[in-house]
Amino acid sequence: MNSTAKQRKWLFGLIFLVVFILAGISFYRSRHLPEPVVLGEGVTEVKKLSDYFPGIKGSINDARIYVLGQEGEGGSVLILGGSHPEEPAGRLAAWIIIENVRVKAGQIFVIPTANPSASTSTRPGGAYPPDYSIKTSWGEQKFRQGDRWSNPLDQWPDPEVYIHYPSRQQLAYMDIRNQNRTWPGRPDGLMTEKTCYAMTQLIRREKIDLVIDLHEAELQYPVISTIVVHPKGQDLAALASMTISAEEGFDIGVEYSPEALHGLSHREIGDWTDAIPLLMETPEPFLDATRGKTDRDLILSGRDEFVMKAGQHGLLFEKLDERGWPIDVRVGRHLSSIAVILKTWSELRPDRLIEAEEIPHYSEIVEKTTGFYLKNPAEAPANRLFFE
Amino acid sequence: MATLITILYYLMVAFFSICFLYNFIKSKKWAEELLYLIVLLPFLLRLFRLK
Repeated sequence: MNSTAKQRKWLFGLIFLVVFILAGISFYRSRHLPEPVVLGEGVTEVKKLSDYFPGIKGSINDARIYVLGQEGEGGSVLILGGSHPEEPAGRLAAWIIIENVRVKAGQIFVIPTANPSASTSTRPGGAYPPDYSIKTSWGEQKFRQGDRWSNPLDQWPDPEVYIHYPSRQQLAYMDIRNQNRTWPGRPDGLMTEKTCYAMTQLIRREKIDLVIDLHEAELQYPVISTIVVHPKGQDLAALASMTISAEEGFDIGVEYSPEALHGLSHREIGDWTDAIPLLMETPEPFLDATRGKTDRDLILSGRDEFVMKAGQHGLLFEKLDERGWPIDVRVGRHLSSIAVILKTWSELRPDRLIEAEEIPHYSEIVEKTTGFYLKNPAEAPANRLFFE
Repeated sequence: MATLITILYYLMVAFFSICFLYNFIKSKKWAEELLYLIVLLPFLLRLFRLK
């Protein structure tokens, strides 16, 4: 090898090392970005999923459970944000509940990051930004953008075909890392299945009455702006939907969970536990395949000219104009829906009362913004500050 | 079983990383050298559990 070739190899090697180190630091920081949670007055206990299923202990998916209210008389609800972390309105709504809500009767269990692993990666080839920031009066709070599927660093490789347990239905291979295709979970399964199994144990042991799973959907997907409910909760969802549409300032539909589609929370939780599962979808143009520039602004503004163009051709299942679908609108819809569902439940089942105070409604979030309800971690006592 | 498959997968990633590095060193054409390094990058990011 002549000296020119040697020099060239050293130069290439050096450039490679710089690129590798810079990329590595960026990916590492993104995966380990701490997200502060300031416990509100209503939080009485912080648990972990491993308290219900030790098989998840030591795994990244040993998620935190924030408990509001005291055990005793009344009912209980489990609120899941971040089953799909790339749908940020669900996580932010869960955050606001933990930091603001007080419980008068019953208990509220909140898991703001139901699939922590999926919150640490972004979709390969999707050009996702690694994070986004919410403006507050005290500065900005940064959140990981996340993905739909668990991080391949935590669960890999995928099988050729994913056979759902216990139905044995064949699903897409990558959905073995999809938190909303692995319910009710299994104790000896892969990490995502174990996570669902742990949550199923939580639902059974805490005698949870309602499970509200917060999601967002692309506008080219027909299940949008709706509550998807297991048939055993159809009265509750129908009454809540009518109340929301009449009183909260936006429309929301109801759909029943298909009997033959397995692995989803709105089907399996209803089939395998005593709880009524409800899954809620708000519109998120960021998820549409025909979107344009995939940046932080699109996550928060929900405004995209290419998705709008698709709408002009009748390809969308939800309206989209130049106002977009701002994050405050999406978070507000989730919070109003939760408030109305709890109120309706308490009217239907006074023996299992769940009464919560200070849940901000849609109009309040739209007026004051999501950031208004996020607490400043710098002012929080150490024992009231956690990191997701 | 799943753990064993994961270990085998990482051994495979390490094996191919070594192959790319070896080919980079042995290659005499600059375009091939560059190509081996570009292909090596995602393998090393996975091997070091960064991405």
